[in-house]
Amino acid sequence: MSDLKDPAPNVHPATHAPASVAGDHVVNLNSYFRLCAVVFLVVLCTTSAMIATSFSHLGEGWTLKVALILAIAVVNAFLVAGYLMHLLSEKKLIYTVLAFTVVFFIGLMGLTVWATNGFPPGTVSH
Amino acid sequence: MDIPYTIENRPDTGIYNAKLGIWLFLASEVMLFGGLFSAYVLLRVGAEPGMWPHGWLDVRLGTINTLLLALSAITTLLAWAACKVREFGKFKFFHACTILLALTFLGIKSYEYHDKWIHYEIALANGTFADGHLLEKSADFDLAKKTGTVTIHGRIVDDRRKLMDLRSPEAQSARLEEHTIPAGDIKKMENYGPKHNTFTAIYFTLTGLHALHILGGTLVITYLWGPGSRMWRRDPERFTNRIEVSGLFWHFVDLVWIFLFPVLYLT
Repeated sequence: MSDLKDPAPNVHPATHAPASVAGDHVVNLNSYFRLCAVVFLVVLCTTSAMIATSFSHLGEGWTLKVALILAIAVVNAFLVAGYLMHLLSEKKLIYTVLAFTVVFFIGLMGLTVWATNGFPPGTVSH
Repeated sequence: MDIPYTIENRPDTGIYNAKLGIWLFLASEVMLFGGLFSAYVLLRVGAEPGMWPHGWLDVRLGTINTLLLALSAITTLLAWAACKVREFGKFKFFHACTILLALTFLGIKSYEYHDKWIHYEIALANGTFADGHLLEKSADFDLAKKTGTVTIHGRIVDDRRKLMDLRSPEAQSARLEEHTIPAGDIKKMENYGPKHNTFTAIYFTLTGLHALHILGGTLVITYLWGPGSRMWRRDPERFTNRIEVSGLFWHFVDLVWIFLFPVLYLT
């Protein structure tokens, strides 16, 4: 790998430029450092919040805890998808693809929840 | 023959082909994991009351793995950003970090699997249950012939339900000791592998599939860090796009873990 130490010196005039344009995103390494630091801090906080919720005494059952923990997980996922995957500033086509995915996913989970309330005749309940 | 639109955006889609391809692939992956999450929900709500395990997994290890994956997602993004600003040395550094973090994640996951593999539940002839980690099997141990002994580090309970909630005050205060059990006293002996119960089945299925994704992603990232990085010299923009595409996959793997961790470890 020693021949790769020099990063294509004659190929790009912007070899050591601090910023570059990536599609619609202007890339600046320093701003990415700051963004990543903020994202990691928030991930740290949300993970701690999920653990604290899990070990807290919120009522008798697990329903409220599960709902709260999953809500925090959604915040966490939004950060990763929105900022690290650049979904907050993507092209319309990608949003369209993901919109279909969301619809199918909601349908799948909807069927799952629906199925938990109805059992075929003859099902043995505990 | 040149592959079209590996660098420049297609006029009709507005993005280069590989990026559209990875997003379509990720959409199908959402449905794959969605199906398994759906199975998890059905197994959980269908479990007999008091028989769904709580506290069986080590939250500390799960938390460490969560932070490792979050860090690796960040180093992946920084590796791509370094490519964009033509800082090849920084790219190499950040991607090396990603590979090391991914391998550490897999190492911890392997330790967790091993821990479950040597953890046994033993139904005894007197109706009680011994539960703990296997320390030793005598040389002549044979469950079918009822010869020899097995030694575990754990506890003995009179009701199997007491083994389900390890966060209960009783389980927390239980004293774990060495128990040597003759084979003649054992009715059934089974480790906490995938066939132990529906929880371990879905746990191994979900985390196993996720670990395979981590392994696959690590192989791709390692290739791009090593021999694949030769492309940087002749076509840095195309190489940068490859890093972006592999990074999108890696972020997806992180996203899946963001839900796996709370679902399996915290609820």
